[in-house]
Amino acid sequence: MSDPLLWHRLQFAFTIVYHYIFPQLTMGLALLIVVIKIGALRTGRPEWDETARFWIRIFAVNFVVGVVTGIPMEFQFGTNWARFSKFAGSVIGQTLAMEGLFAFFLESAVIGTLVFGERRLSRRAHLMAAVALFAGTWLSGYFIVCTNAFMQHPVGHGLAADGTLYLADFWTFLLNPWAIAQYAHTMIASVVTASFVVAAVGAYYALLIAHLGHARIMLRVATIAGLVSSVLVAFPTGDRQAKLVAEHQPIALAAMEGHFETGAGVGIVLIGQPNMRERRLDNPIVVPRLLSFLAYGTWHADVKGLNDFPHSDWPDNIELLYYSFHIMAGLGTLFILTMGVAVLLEWRGRLLTHRAWLWVLMLAFPFPYIATTAGWMTAELGRQPWLIYGLMRTAHGSSANVESGTALFTLIGFTGIYFVLGVLFLFVIGREIAHGPAGDGSGLAPHSEGAHG
Amino acid sequence: MVEIWFGLAAIMAAAFVVLDGFDFGAGTLHLFVAKSDGERRQVLSAIGPFWDGNEVCLLALGGVLFVAFPRVLASGLSGFYFAIFLVLWSLILRGISIELRSHVASPLWTAAWDASFAAASTLLPVLFGAALGNLIRGLPLDGDGWFSLALFTDFSARAPVGILDWYTVAAGVFAWVTIAGHGATFLAWKADGSVAARSHGAALWLYGAATILLVPMTIATGIVNAPMLAALPGRPLAWLTLAVAVAGLAAVGIGLRRRRDLMAFLGSCAFITGMLATTAVCLFPVVLRALGDDSRSLTVFNSGAPDQSLRIALTWYALGLPVVVIYFIVLFRLHRGRAAAATGREGY
Repeated sequence: MSDPLLWHRLQFAFTIVYHYIFPQLTMGLALLIVVIKIGALRTGRPEWDETARFWIRIFAVNFVVGVVTGIPMEFQFGTNWARFSKFAGSVIGQTLAMEGLFAFFLESAVIGTLVFGERRLSRRAHLMAAVALFAGTWLSGYFIVCTNAFMQHPVGHGLAADGTLYLADFWTFLLNPWAIAQYAHTMIASVVTASFVVAAVGAYYALLIAHLGHARIMLRVATIAGLVSSVLVAFPTGDRQAKLVAEHQPIALAAMEGHFETGAGVGIVLIGQPNMRERRLDNPIVVPRLLSFLAYGTWHADVKGLNDFPHSDWPDNIELLYYSFHIMAGLGTLFILTMGVAVLLEWRGRLLTHRAWLWVLMLAFPFPYIATTAGWMTAELGRQPWLIYGLMRTAHGSSANVESGTALFTLIGFTGIYFVLGVLFLFVIGREIAHGPAGDGSGLAPHSEGAHG
Repeated sequence: MVEIWFGLAAIMAAAFVVLDGFDFGAGTLHLFVAKSDGERRQVLSAIGPFWDGNEVCLLALGGVLFVAFPRVLASGLSGFYFAIFLVLWSLILRGISIELRSHVASPLWTAAWDASFAAASTLLPVLFGAALGNLIRGLPLDGDGWFSLALFTDFSARAPVGILDWYTVAAGVFAWVTIAGHGATFLAWKADGSVAARSHGAALWLYGAATILLVPMTIATGIVNAPMLAALPGRPLAWLTLAVAVAGLAAVGIGLRRRRDLMAFLGSCAFITGMLATTAVCLFPVVLRALGDDSRSLTVFNSGAPDQSLRIALTWYALGLPVVVIYFIVLFRLHRGRAAAATGREGY
């Protein structure tokens, strides 16, 4: 209770995990909205336009919750991580400031036009608004991932005379190989999330035998996008990310796999429990030699175990790191399967009436959120005990002038506010889904009132 | 180099206060100038296309401080810890109020969001005004430039100080009156019918009050920070910014009397910009003033980022800033004319 570091970490972890629920959908959904709007332009059928409008309404609510939960993130660098901000501000502040200047202003200027401007614009101009918003959200994603990539794998910096970091090489910093790999992985994961969400709503209408024309569009777009993105998120992007971890954070790789003893030809663990007291993995089910191959490209490569790293450099919560990584990877495999079957059914023209798989699709949408959260936890817990890998330890980055009770108080405050925010979000989204995509979106459709709260 | 970045921070701060200020001001007057549901939706439609972009100016200000004065950002945000979270939570409540209000056509739902929108919009200018008051009065910085402030102590403006004392509360009230007046000139220009008429009346009262309060506020500022006021005569740039503020105030008066609504609003923008710029010019080079011991103050010279970082950042800032200005021009042109109340599910 008296260690402020724990509360600073928990508050940042809680607020960032909660925040990221929203942008991961907006980024992926922005792409799918562009696809649906292109479909509307090409087919000229009103169902496509209505489907686009429906998802733009969902997007708008999601976007605003993303905005209001995002503002505290930037300020918490200063409030809770003041020593880190002082040390690294003139480097990581660059991408954070660029995000504001190049992405947020663009997004804020376009969002109103996309949501309320359809009647005032030509069809092509409205599509361009959707494309601009897509560009804004994806640009914003790059700046944030690049900021995180510097903390994972610092490049392009120098150490100034006063002991703080400065930016020595802009392009090295901005084109950090870690940032490019992590960006591809993160953005495709956001398309996975959006695909599962759109598919879930399509499946819901199909199961209710309501809005069938719209359900067909949603299912077709979402299953194809879902299969493509689920494959890409594993290979090549996830694979590339894992190789970077193996190269630059070998200790994180060992911890992710619960790998204690150094050895050659190491297998990959499917299931098992890390036993920290005995320093071994209990009850493992292993695919032989696969870790050596995936991490280093040969079947008998040496993989260094945790025992050969100094204990002070171990990630401080290896069990959580291990489980996060395995949940992410396991779910990722299931996503390929889920969407693969759905695409097969869609291709045979049977998805809309295949109630069993529609049920699966309708109930599957929370799992991409769990997988992305687990993925980020893998990245951030694997980075420990460093705040900036090799440069600053997490324990040295928090605000020394903020007491533990103070940090705990604001953490409790966030918990309460975000609970209320979540209830409101679900309530409003539930009403939109109950109202459905039919109609022109102006004037409350009488049939929907009371259907959902 | 650090001087340029001090200027950029001041410009971003002024942009934030002027732009987000008009939607804070509209919010604080929301319950008084708009009575019916239609009128309230008209207020929200007037600020609806702008508020999000306006608020990005706050993030952009944070970004400038982060890059150019990381010591100031780190010390200021952690030292004002509670007040910052009060601001952040108010911003969350306000954004949600604006966007969710018209999602449910129930009188209780809309009344609740109208009230929370007005409450958050009232608290925010008071907090920002008090924050500026703290910067002018000074902070109990230690030898490394850190501090930690209680919300209030004995309200005396002498050590041990709190975030709130007689001066910073006065600054908060003055900021609220000015921002409310600013929002009233915006609504008189942008809204229509009885909302515009009531806003025009409110603007007359509020700007009258702000003009009168200007005298005691200046005297109070001279009491808590004599060197700052004393610096004014020796800095020609401050004469210029002061002239902008005075001209702005005159334009507000003339614009309101002759019902030249755009003139009054632009005058209000000029007044606020001029006042903030004068403060910045007189405070320079101090960013965080140490109370009691001037040698501990964080200035642009001892808290600026290394030159290499600043040079790189200036390159992309020079590319980005004009683009942002263009966004705002396009946005204001796209939504020119008086805002009409939205109906049904579309709009605010």
